[in-house]
Amino acid sequence: MNKKQKKMFLRILIAAALMILFSYLPVEGYLRFGLFMIPYLVIGYDILKKAGKGIRNRQVFDENFLMAVATLGAILLGDYSEGVAVMLFYQIGELFQSYAVGKSRRNISDLMDIRPDYANVEHDGTLEKVDPDEVEIGTIIVVQPGEKVPIDGIILEGKTSLNTSALTGESLPRDAAAGDEIISGCINLTGMIRVRTTKEFGESTVSKILELVENSSSRKSRSENFISKFARYYTPAVCYGAIALAILPPLVRMLLLGLSPEWGDWIYRALTFLVISCPCALVISIPLSFFAGIGGASNAGVLVKGSNYLETLSQTKYVVFDKTGTMTQGVFEVSGVHHNNIEKEQLLEYAALAESASSHPISKSLQHAYGKPIDRSRVTDIEETSGNGMTAKVDGKTVAAGNAKLMKRLGIAYKDCHQVGTVVHIAIDGQYAGHILISDIVKPTAKEAIQSLKKAGVAKTIMLTGDSKRVAEQVAAELGFDEVYSELLPADKVAKVEELLEKKKNSSEKLAFVGDGINDAPVLSRADIGIAMGAMGSDAAIEAADIVLMDDDPLKVAKAIRISRKCIRIVYQNIYFSIGIKVICLILGALGIANMWMAIFADVGVMILAVLNAIRALFVKKL
Amino acid sequence: MKKTYKIDVDCANCANKMEEAVKKTAGVKDATVNFMALKMIVEFEDGQEPKAVMKEVLKNCKKVEDDCEIFL
Repeated sequence: MNKKQKKMFLRILIAAALMILFSYLPVEGYLRFGLFMIPYLVIGYDILKKAGKGIRNRQVFDENFLMAVATLGAILLGDYSEGVAVMLFYQIGELFQSYAVGKSRRNISDLMDIRPDYANVEHDGTLEKVDPDEVEIGTIIVVQPGEKVPIDGIILEGKTSLNTSALTGESLPRDAAAGDEIISGCINLTGMIRVRTTKEFGESTVSKILELVENSSSRKSRSENFISKFARYYTPAVCYGAIALAILPPLVRMLLLGLSPEWGDWIYRALTFLVISCPCALVISIPLSFFAGIGGASNAGVLVKGSNYLETLSQTKYVVFDKTGTMTQGVFEVSGVHHNNIEKEQLLEYAALAESASSHPISKSLQHAYGKPIDRSRVTDIEETSGNGMTAKVDGKTVAAGNAKLMKRLGIAYKDCHQVGTVVHIAIDGQYAGHILISDIVKPTAKEAIQSLKKAGVAKTIMLTGDSKRVAEQVAAELGFDEVYSELLPADKVAKVEELLEKKKNSSEKLAFVGDGINDAPVLSRADIGIAMGAMGSDAAIEAADIVLMDDDPLKVAKAIRISRKCIRIVYQNIYFSIGIKVICLILGALGIANMWMAIFADVGVMILAVLNAIRALFVKKL
Repeated sequence: MKKTYKIDVDCANCANKMEEAVKKTAGVKDATVNFMALKMIVEFEDGQEPKAVMKEVLKNCKKVEDDCEIFL
C-alpha cells in the first residue's frame, strides 16, 4: 500500500471503531447526532469537499456528490449509523479498488520486466556500466552470465545459452555463439559474450516491445467505449429516477389516493437509489480485464497491439495461413533418401561429395544432411550443367547427381519419386543408385496448430502459397487444412484474402491472416486481424501486424485465440453481472425491499467481485 | 502532433471524465486517457503550441476531477 492508501486504511479503522462504539452508547437526540458526526467527517470529509467543488465546477453528477447526498440524507432522516456506514463501505470499496489496480499494474510490469538498466561498455580493459540510451551503434558491449542483453547486436566472441522466456514465453534456453544475432531482452545464462551493437537502444527489440505493450490499452475496444458511454448516461438517469421516486409517489398517494404521503419512506428509497447509481464496478473492471488479458498474453509471447484487437481476435472464425515460413520452416532439408542398391548413408555421401563444389541451396542441404566434413581431395573432374545437375569422379567412380533431365541426357533409367518435393537422382558408374528428396520442412507443431484451432472453434483454416499446386496440396492435406490456394503471387494473396472477406456472410465472423511479416505486410493489414510470427528482431512485422507472436510457433495462434476468448468472456461476465445486480437492486430499492445497507453492499461487493474476476484474465499459462 | 503525458488519477470513471474534458479543450484534436497505464496521449491540432494547450487541458481536467495530476 502506498502512503495515500495507508492513510485511508487508518481513517477506515478509526471511523469503524468510533461508529461501533457510539452505536452502543445510550445517548439520544442532538448528542447522538454530534457523536456520529465525528466518524462521518473522519471517513467522508474528502468526499464532501470534492462534492462541493464538483457543484462549483458544474459537475454535479459525480459519485462524490451522490454519496454526499445519500449519506447526508440518511443522517437528516435520523439514520445516523446508516449514513456513516454507507460512507465507510464506499471508502472501503474505493480503497480496495485502488489497491487491486495498483497491484495488477505492478504484476504486469513485473511480467514485462525486460527493461535493461545498464550496458557494460569496455574501456581500456575495464568494464564500465553506462545507461543503454547512451550506447552508440557499433559499440562493443560485454554481457555477463545472469545479465540482460541491453541492446540488439551480433556476438563477436563467446558462447552461451540465452533465456528468451520474457520475450517468447518459451522456457527452453536457446544456444548462441559468435556470429549469431542477439536480441535485447534475453537473459544471458552461461557464458560471457562480447557483442557489437547494431541498433540504438530506442530502436532495439526490447524498447519496441515495451512501447507496444504500454500503449496497447490506449486502443480501446468496443466494450470499453460502450461502458464509458453507458456510465455517462447511467448516473444522471438514476439521479433523475431518484428525484422522481422521492416526489411522485408521495404526491400520487396524497392527491389521488388520499393516503398519507409518507415522505420519509420515499426519500429514503430515493437515497438508496443514489447509493446504487455509482458506475464504479463497470468502469473499472472492463479496462482492467483488457489490461490483464494483454499483460497475460505478452507473458506468453503474444503481443497484442490494442484491446480492440483482442476483441476482434476472439471472434475469429477463419484463419488464413501463409505456407512458407509460417507453417514450414522456409529452409530446404533432405526429407527422404530412397536408395536403390547401395546403403542410404553411402548414397548421401556420394551425392554430397559430387555436389560439394556447388553453392546452390540444394547442394547445401545435401552437405548439411551428410553432416561430416567433406574431403574435397576425393572429388575430381567436377562438371556442372546448369539447370540439370553435377557429374564428378568420387573415389574414381563416376557420380551423376541431378534432376530427371540429367538422367535422361545420360540415358539412365530413373524412378520418379512418389512424394512431393525437389528430387535429386543419383547414378554411379552409369547405374541408377536412387534419389534423395529435398523439401521445405513442415514445422513440428504445424499439424497440432491446425487441430487446436479447430478445437478452439475456428470454422475454416485456409492456406495460401506461392508454391506449386502439387506441393501445396500435399502439405495442406498432411496438415489438415480445409482449403488451399497455390501458385499465388504476393498481389494475388491480397486479392484472395479480399475475396474470402467478401465471401463470409456474417460480419461478426472475423478473418485472421497469419504470416511471417516480412513480405506479407499488405495482406496483414487487409485482413480483419493480422498476426505476424517470428517477430524477434523484425521491425516490419511489428509495424504491419495487429498481433505479434514473438517466436515462430504456429501453435501460438490457437493460444492467442484462447487467451482473447477468456478475456472477452470475463469482460462480458463483468458487464452482465454488474449491470444485472444494479438493476435488481434498483428495482428492490424502489419497492422498498432493499435498504441502504443492501445497496452499499451490492455496490461495493459487485465492484470487488468484478475486479477479482478481471484479474483472472492475467492467468493464461494453462490455456 | 501527438504527445504522451504521465498522469495520476485515482478512479477509472475519473479517467473517462478527464478524457472528455481534454477532448473538449481548444487546440486538441483527439485524446486518449489510459487509466491502466496512467498515460494520456494528446493529439494537437496543427499549428498549436502544446505547452499552452496543455495548460488549458490541465485546468479543464482539474475542473472535472479535482484530484488529478498531469505531469507536463
